[in-house]
Amino acid sequence: MPDVRTHEPDEHDNAYAGLLVNDVHWAFGTDFEDPLAGVDTTVPDGVDPATLATYCLMLGDDALVLSQRIAEWCGNAPDLEEDIALSNIALDLLGQARLLLARAAAADGAQVPALPDGSPVPDEDRLAFFRDAPQFRNVRLAEVPGGDFARTIVRILLFSTWRLALFEELSRSRDAVLAAVAAKGVKELTYHRDFAGRWFLTLARGTDESRRRLLTGLDELWPLWAELFETHDVERAAALAGVGVDPAGLAADVDAVLDQVLAASGVTRPVSGPLPGTALAGRDGQHTAEFGALLAEMQVVARAHPRGQW
Amino acid sequence: MLQNGPALDRDRALTRAREVASAVVDPELPMLTLADLGVLRDIDVDADGAVTAAITPTYSGCPAMAAMRDDLVRELQAAGFADTRVRVVLEPAWTTDWITPAGRAALAAAGISPPGPAPRRSGPVPLRLTPTRRAVRCPQCGSDDVVVGSEFGSTACKALYRCRSCLEPFEHVKEI
Repeated sequence: MPDVRTHEPDEHDNAYAGLLVNDVHWAFGTDFEDPLAGVDTTVPDGVDPATLATYCLMLGDDALVLSQRIAEWCGNAPDLEEDIALSNIALDLLGQARLLLARAAAADGAQVPALPDGSPVPDEDRLAFFRDAPQFRNVRLAEVPGGDFARTIVRILLFSTWRLALFEELSRSRDAVLAAVAAKGVKELTYHRDFAGRWFLTLARGTDESRRRLLTGLDELWPLWAELFETHDVERAAALAGVGVDPAGLAADVDAVLDQVLAASGVTRPVSGPLPGTALAGRDGQHTAEFGALLAEMQVVARAHPRGQW
Repeated sequence: MLQNGPALDRDRALTRAREVASAVVDPELPMLTLADLGVLRDIDVDADGAVTAAITPTYSGCPAMAAMRDDLVRELQAAGFADTRVRVVLEPAWTTDWITPAGRAALAAAGISPPGPAPRRSGPVPLRLTPTRRAVRCPQCGSDDVVVGSEFGSTACKALYRCRSCLEPFEHVKEI
């Protein structure tokens, strides 16, 4: 037998052991008080803190809301490998969301919901659990119901292709925190895009039924695609200040990657136009009817126990 | 000697704090120390004897960060460093290239295939529609006749493989 170093069978083998040695913390948090502990969160010169914070909320909410949707597959995926893959993708996005919401709170504390005195809820969790739908800035592609596995694959492909291109640019942000979050996210999104691209190809070239479901999912989600490339005033201001990315400038690169997947899959680009309503609905806090139910499920426990400690 | 006293004390404290922190193991890969994993980035002791440990997440959503922090604080406090804090370093992003040779050997000995060199690129990230090809060998029997089961394993940092020679499944730490 190889000589394997092992830890003492104590702290990690007993879920209750940590409760005795750690400080009291919020019952629904992960107990790492500040994901940006010790990170310099000074807002760069010439950047409006409120603009930077709102911009971080936009990118953070995209990740948080899609993470919640993808997590619905946990325990429900077609097989164990895909269940784990989807859960890992949801976890990566949740991690990105946590850092981005924490960065938003550090840039502009005025955007963090106030809670009763003595509440142990950290800033990023206040933003996640104590804002209402109109305060969420995510694109609608992230929030619409997941549908079947094929539609889930289409959404992850569309979202990760766009977000990967965005994060590659964002890794050169003048804001060192955003640049670092983006550089790390690029590595994660590369896996998400490859995962979804391969499944897209597999379903497109699989059975008549798998192809039918894939094309249905693509047609259903395509009206939400244009919104990702519309520039909100906050995105424009963030881009001008050198901290953000103007999504309109990503279209050519993103289309080129998406066309590779479509061509390999023998699928033509849908022709349906954008969803009716204002183009910038999600970024302005206008969401679909189903978004309320998603938020209710995500937020209900935290809202019932804003002082919950253990 | 007298004027060198505090500096010598601080050197000794730093050496000791490094020893203690370097022995703390990863909560999910307990055959590896945080130092072997490349997650422990720095240890510093200030003039008052306060210790600051710097750690970096492997993945943005790594749920083990809290446990790592608690373990570092607990071990350092047990070694007499009452004032101990942990700070996060986000930049540069963690890469599997930081796993030490000792760490790679420990992974292999525990039946986990260690990562190859991390990808380096300039320009846009290329799309890969075919399974990722890696020079992976089965950690059980050494065969290179292995197949990917999933790019995502029991933790975000590992992929699932299966060996077609000995038929055993195993995990591979993904190159990032």
